[in-house]
Amino acid sequence: MPKITYIEHNGKSHEIEVANGLTVMEGAVQNNIPGIDADCGGSCACATCHVYIKDEWFDKIPKKESAEEDMLDMAFEPEKMSRLSCQITVSDSLDGLVVKMPSKQG
Amino acid sequence: MIKTDVLVIGAGPVGIFVVQQLGLIGLKAEVVDNLDKIGGQCIELYPDKPIYDIPALPECTGESLTNKLLEQIKPFKTNFHLNERVQEISKEQNNWKIITSGKKTFLSPNIIIAAGVGSFEPRKFSVKEAEKFENNGVFYSIKDKNVFKNKKVSIFGGGDSALDWAIELSKFAEVTLVHRREEFRGAEHSATIARQFEKEGKLKIKTPYQIASIEGDDKIKSITIKKDDGITEKISTDCILGFFGLIMKLGPIADWGLNLDKKTIPVNTESFQTNKEGIFAIGDICTYPGKLKLILSGFHEGALAARACFKLARPNEKYRFEFTTTSKTLQGRLGLKKSD
Repeated sequence: MPKITYIEHNGKSHEIEVANGLTVMEGAVQNNIPGIDADCGGSCACATCHVYIKDEWFDKIPKKESAEEDMLDMAFEPEKMSRLSCQITVSDSLDGLVVKMPSKQG
Repeated sequence: MIKTDVLVIGAGPVGIFVVQQLGLIGLKAEVVDNLDKIGGQCIELYPDKPIYDIPALPECTGESLTNKLLEQIKPFKTNFHLNERVQEISKEQNNWKIITSGKKTFLSPNIIIAAGVGSFEPRKFSVKEAEKFENNGVFYSIKDKNVFKNKKVSIFGGGDSALDWAIELSKFAEVTLVHRREEFRGAEHSATIARQFEKEGKLKIKTPYQIASIEGDDKIKSITIKKDDGITEKISTDCILGFFGLIMKLGPIADWGLNLDKKTIPVNTESFQTNKEGIFAIGDICTYPGKLKLILSGFHEGALAARACFKLARPNEKYRFEFTTTSKTLQGRLGLKKSD
């Protein structure tokens, strides 16, 4: 299973195996990793699963669609490397992905 | 003081449908919601998004589902108390006393919490100075546009609220519209007008910028905005407006002594009662082994919670299970003419 590393805002790191087909958000929520709220449950409607992608990974994951970019307008402190983790589906090619959580989700 | 059999918190699909279930068994409900409209997440988050998993509705939208549910509860002439957030609850003998943010008071033996992920509140600026200046230069909504007359106003956001207010206020205020990217997600027409106004010098637009800090002592003097690459710019301003949409917060519900599991309320699956007698939780806000956050699950949960409310609302009567297809009593409550 691909390994995803989630880094909390305080620096605490969690390396988790996430099954292919789940989203990066689901990987965090199912493993009780703090820092990702996902209030809307993954329908790209709330911007509370916001993460920063580690630089070298940003171009390797599928590009965001306009609905995600629109939602990121509402995220807390969005940056260039911002993504909504509910819109990233885990696959073998994402093995080793590192995401950082913002200081809060809103 | 409004007396009722059940106070429902939350006017989303589950909160509306439970009114129907209560009405059928002869219980009166009042509904409170913090939003200014009925429909909850369906209306606020995805009014136009199609939904495909409501039984017998192959396809509907958040808005059409809400309208159909409202049609279904029409016979029960229910009061909706909108723009009201339930603030405090306390026990008074066999009743709960409920006080809202607008100081409305209810007395009811039952409370059904159908509050989704909590109440919708404006998303705020991330910079720490924003809290200090809130309502004193920092605003998230406009009640009276005249207070901005001849002021320097910086508006943040890329949706319809930000665009519409930037255009409107530019008629009598010095407006700067700031957004994190070049594209606006609001109506294309509004974005075109804003760009036109910019060309004509009626309005300034700063993209792609975000807020970095707010400067001032007792009132705002200026703000600093920054680009992703670190370039900053200072803008002299009197007030700033943030339009970043709404976020859901559990709010006062967390202070009522209910058991909580993260942002959800554990219930038993026979009655959907919480750890407090007479307080029930249904829909996305409740949790139990196997819980699915689907609208259809919320309907089932409401049907059972309604029957449990009957016991406390009518302690001296016996609840009798009946079908709408055959029961004259239920048909009478639905306002149907008696057939012979």
